[in-house]
Amino acid sequence: MVASSHESEVATGGFYLLGLLTRVLVAFQDFLFLSGRAFANLFRRPHYYDDVALQMDIIGVGSLSIVILVGAFSGAIIALQMARALNTYGAASQVGTIVSLTLVRELGPVLTAIIVAGRNASGIASELGSMKVTEQIDAMRALGTDPVQKLVTPRLTATAVMLPCLTVIADAVGSVGAYLVSVPLLHIIPTEQYWSTFWRALVVNDLAQGLGKPFVFGMIIAMVGCHYGLRTTGGTQGVGRATTQAVVVSSIWIFVVTFFFDKIFVNLS
Amino acid sequence: MAEQPILAFRDVNLQYGDTWALRNVSLVLRPGETRIILGAAGSGKTCLLKAAIGLVHVDGGEISLFGEDVTRDRETDLFALRSRAGFVFQEGGLFDSLSVGENVEYPLLNQRLSGHQNNSGSERSIEDRVREALRFVELERTFDKFPSEISGGMRRRVGIARAIVTEPPLVLYDSPTAGLDPITANTIMALIAKERDVRNSASLIVTHRYQDGEIMDKFFYDAARQELVPLGECADTDPKRNRTRFIVMKEGQVVFFGTRLELEACDDLYVKRFVHHED
Ligand SMILES: Nc1ncnc2c1ncn2[C@@H]1O[C@H](COP(=O)(O)OP(=O)(O)OP(=O)(O)O)[C@@H](O)[C@H]1O
Ligand SMILES: [Mg+2]
Repeated sequence: MVASSHESEVATGGFYLLGLLTRVLVAFQDFLFLSGRAFANLFRRPHYYDDVALQMDIIGVGSLSIVILVGAFSGAIIALQMARALNTYGAASQVGTIVSLTLVRELGPVLTAIIVAGRNASGIASELGSMKVTEQIDAMRALGTDPVQKLVTPRLTATAVMLPCLTVIADAVGSVGAYLVSVPLLHIIPTEQYWSTFWRALVVNDLAQGLGKPFVFGMIIAMVGCHYGLRTTGGTQGVGRATTQAVVVSSIWIFVVTFFFDKIFVNLS
Repeated sequence: MAEQPILAFRDVNLQYGDTWALRNVSLVLRPGETRIILGAAGSGKTCLLKAAIGLVHVDGGEISLFGEDVTRDRETDLFALRSRAGFVFQEGGLFDSLSVGENVEYPLLNQRLSGHQNNSGSERSIEDRVREALRFVELERTFDKFPSEISGGMRRRVGIARAIVTEPPLVLYDSPTAGLDPITANTIMALIAKERDVRNSASLIVTHRYQDGEIMDKFFYDAARQELVPLGECADTDPKRNRTRFIVMKEGQVVFFGTRLELEACDDLYVKRFVHHED
């Protein structure tokens, strides 16, 4: 009796895990289908250029101030920390190089992407989720519009274009922030040396990483936001859940993808 | 009655888990005809309408809309077909970030953008057609308002304006009068009858009010007098007579199909509950 009930418990647990795994795989398959359709629609009429422009404004211009703020401070913080660390090795003159590499390769893309994920993956998921639970998505389909064409593809395009631009801006203000700390504030090195080491550190590989990552992150953020938005069920509470999941899942993806990106690029160089 | 049916269901089944949303449903609808669908909450009325334009995928059976098999088409092939029918949602389904005017304009812009246009009236400007549709539902002055700024009955009427602005040959109304006061409800039914008679469109009307069906069956819109008049005033042979049928649904099944008089004479207990004898 005891043994059998224990066995059945194990079996239930096994079924539960299997069920969970199936759900995750099915969701991932849905995600891939949605992404496939969104990409295919790039080459299919009609094109909703107005919606692309609107989304670019919301995602790009809307995130500008916070991206500038975070970029400037992260540059300044790297400089502060690195100045101390490099000093102990007598290598303070390398501060430009370090700032340039960490900022352009990693921190610029990742921090910007995390900010945009927080702002826009949630924004997209809650907008589409609300539309889903109030029958607006069905209404759109009933009127003969493909919701993927009208809602998903513009968000995908806009995020994939705007995120690299925002990253470049974050890198730029970050390097100025680091400059302000290293030169006028701490007087570690002269101005010319900071900028010449900053530029010399960068090679094509770094620029490819620095722009390739945000391009991929942008697609992930838009697609995850749309995916959770469009599968929202269960009213207002469902919208809240979709929003949270979109932010969490896109943030996780950003770090996972960063890891593989780095692995590939380290091997390349 | 040799006209091609606009919409035809043959043995359609749809199941959610253990509940049947549609079970062996068959029906045929020709131009100018009306079907009034009655039934308890959860009896599958909304599913029937959604299945008609392929918004839900049925498990079995055939649905032909404008002569095309909806059940076999892929989602991306259905958009052009759907844009030829009008659909009024139970909850309105208005786009809440667009103004009333933009909502009504949407189907026209959509048709133009996707190139599936039906030519009727396309020589008129979109703005004119939008204003005309809003005038039709007597809401011209709400053009610049947002859906959240107007009343529930007004939203329902905007939904109707959006559904008919493209002058579709088939309009599906999901509970157009639910939760409205009798006066507004009658106004809406008068509009629906007017829409049917002015353009000879076919309509499928889900409702909880038996009177809605009575209005559709007993009255017609007289274009000359610009009002609804009782059918009693026109000849017995007039084709306007005898084109309304009642459908009663129960747990996904069609349990009654027939004319109003047959419905009133029916002594099935379930069916009787939907017939309202006013004194
Ligand atoms: N997406 C869905 N998932 C699961 N069950 C569903 C779904 N849609 C409908 N159903 C079920 O199908 C049945 C028919 O639903 P439907 O919405 O057609 O009812 P209805 O006749 O329109 O009811 P009401 O008069 O309340 O609008 C109900 O039992 C409902 O629970
Ligand atoms: Mg319903």
